[in-house]
Amino acid sequence: MTAVLPDLAVTEAEVRAALGTVVDPELDEPITDVGFVRSVSVEGRAVEVHLRLPTSFCAPNFAWLMVSDAHGAVSAVPGVESVVVELDDHHDSDLINRGMAAGLGYRGTFGHEAEDSLDELRATFQRKAHTAAMERAVTALLRTDPAVDVAALTLGDLPAGERTTDALLRRRATLGLPVHDAAPVLVHDDGTRPAPAQAELVLRRARSVRISVDGNAHFCRGLLTTRYPGSEADQAPRPEDRPLLPLTVSKGTHP
Amino acid sequence: MYRKDGESYYVVDSHIALWDARPENQRNVHGKQFIDCFYDYHRNLSPESETWGYEEYLYQGGERLMRDVFVDGIVDHAIFQPARLAEFYHRGFGQTEEAFALAQAHPDKLTYNHYWDPRDGENGLDQLRANAERMQLKGVKLYTADWHGESRGWKLTDPMAYRYFELCRELGIRNVHVHKGPTIRPLDRDAFDVADVDHAATDFTDLNFVVEHCGLPRLEDFCWIATQEPNVYAGLAVAMPFIHTRPRYFAQIMGELTYWLGEDRILFSSDYALWTPKWLVERFVDFQIPEDMTEYAPLTTALKKKVLGLNAARLYDLPVPAELQLPDADETATGPREPAAADLASV
Repeated sequence: MTAVLPDLAVTEAEVRAALGTVVDPELDEPITDVGFVRSVSVEGRAVEVHLRLPTSFCAPNFAWLMVSDAHGAVSAVPGVESVVVELDDHHDSDLINRGMAAGLGYRGTFGHEAEDSLDELRATFQRKAHTAAMERAVTALLRTDPAVDVAALTLGDLPAGERTTDALLRRRATLGLPVHDAAPVLVHDDGTRPAPAQAELVLRRARSVRISVDGNAHFCRGLLTTRYPGSEADQAPRPEDRPLLPLTVSKGTHP
Repeated sequence: MYRKDGESYYVVDSHIALWDARPENQRNVHGKQFIDCFYDYHRNLSPESETWGYEEYLYQGGERLMRDVFVDGIVDHAIFQPARLAEFYHRGFGQTEEAFALAQAHPDKLTYNHYWDPRDGENGLDQLRANAERMQLKGVKLYTADWHGESRGWKLTDPMAYRYFELCRELGIRNVHVHKGPTIRPLDRDAFDVADVDHAATDFTDLNFVVEHCGLPRLEDFCWIATQEPNVYAGLAVAMPFIHTRPRYFAQIMGELTYWLGEDRILFSSDYALWTPKWLVERFVDFQIPEDMTEYAPLTTALKKKVLGLNAARLYDLPVPAELQLPDADETATGPREPAAADLASV
C-alpha cells in the first residue's frame, strides 16, 4: 500500500530548525549558532545544505559527525525526499562529501583510518559538556552565596528556571544521570559523588574544562569570521557569555 | 634582554620557525590550506600594527628572521622547532639547511632543533644519529599530526616511537617538544588527545616533554597530565597572542597553568613567524590577572622572568648572567601548586 502524503512544501525555516538540533560536539553549541551553516537551498522536496568550518584543518572526525548529523536531521523533516549535505573548503571535503553522497557511512568513508565508530568520541564530549555545565551552575550559585557547601549540593538547591540549571539538567539527561532534586550536583563522570575533601579539586578540574570549552568556542567563532568575512551575521551570541546575574540598571540622571 | 621598571628579563623564544610556504614549494592544495590556516590565526589574533601582508607571510628568509626575532635586543636566544610536512611541501615546510646554517652563524643566539618521525623506521634512526652528531641536537620537535604516505598521524606511544626516545636518551637529546595537531589516525578518538604524552613522560622520566600550545585545544587534559608528571612542560606557542585579543582568556590560561604546573615549567614563545616576539614580551611584562579573578594569585615578577627565559635556559643550558638567575620555586613536584588560592567563589 502506498501512503499518499499531502503535498506539503518544505520551507527553509523548517530545514534551518532541523539543523539547529545539530551540535558541534567540541563547542557544545548548535551549528546554526556558530555560523557553520553556509547555505540552505530548497527546491520542492530537494534540500541542499553547505557547511563550513573555521579552518581547513579542523578535526575530520568532528566534521564527519556534524555533516552526518545534519544529513540525518534534514532527512527527518516531513516532506523532504532528497538531501545533499556538503562540507566546503576542508582538507577532507572530497572524501567526506563523496562518502556522504554514496551513503558509505563512517567506516566506509574513512577506510583503514576508521576503526569502529565515533560513539566513544561523542560520549567523551558529552561528558565534557556536562562537566562544564556543572561548573557553571555551581559557580553561579557560589556568586550569590559564597558559603554554599559545594560537596553537599543537590539539584534541588539550584535555582529553578535559571539558564545554568536548565543547561545542567539537559546535559545530565543526555548522559543518563539522575535529574531529581535529591541527586548530588557535584559528581564524577560516572555520576558518583566525590568525598567532601575532594570536592574542591573536582570543581577546580571542572573549571579547567569549562575554560577550555569557552576558550575554544571563542577562538573557533573568531577564526570563522576571519576566514569568511561577513559570517559574524550568522552567529548567535554564546549563551554562556550572558551575565549570570541581573545587571543593576543605573538610575543616574541623564545629561 | 628586556628591561622595564628597573627589572631585567633574560628572554628565550622557545619556538620559532624558518618556513617556506611559497606557491613554488606547495606540493598540493594542502600546502596552501596549511599556510592559509596559519595566516588566519595570525590575522585573527594580531594587533593591527603587527599584522603582515599575505605575500610576506609565506616566506621570511634568514635576514628578516634575525631582524624580526632579535629587534631591539629583547630576545636573547631563540630555538628552531621545525615541522617537516613533506606531504604538503616539495622541500618541506621548515627549511632545515637554511635554519641550521643560520644557527651555526649565530650560535650565541640560535639553537637548532630537528624533527624525527617513527614512521621513517630503521632508516630514520640512523638519520637521527647522524643529525644529532652534525647538528649537536639538544632537542627535537615532534608533530604527531604530520602526514606520511598512507598514514595521517602517529602517537608517542607507538612502539617505534619508543625506539626513537631510547635513542634520544642515548644521544643526550633531552628536550622533546610535542606539537599536538589534529591527528587523523586513529580517527575514532579525539584528534587532539594528549594522553600519549602521559605514557611517554612516565616511561622516559629523564626526558623533558614540552607540550606546545599547552595542549590547546585540550588545556584541561594537558593540565591534568602535567600536574602529575614533573617532566612535562607547557609551551606557550599560540597561547601568547590571546594576551591581545582575549586578555581574560589569557589570564585564565596563565592562572590554570600556574595552579596545576607551577612557575618553573612554563615556556614563552612567539611561534615566529606566526607572530613576532617583541610585542608579546612587552605585553607579557605589563600583564596582570584581572582583579576580579580572585581564584588566581597575581603573576609575580619572578614568574614572568622564569616564563620569559629562565625556564627554557635551564632546559638548554643557556648562559644566563648570574645576577638574572632565580632559584626554583619551593613547590610540590606533583599536584596543584597553590591550593590556598583556589577560591571557589570566583569564576
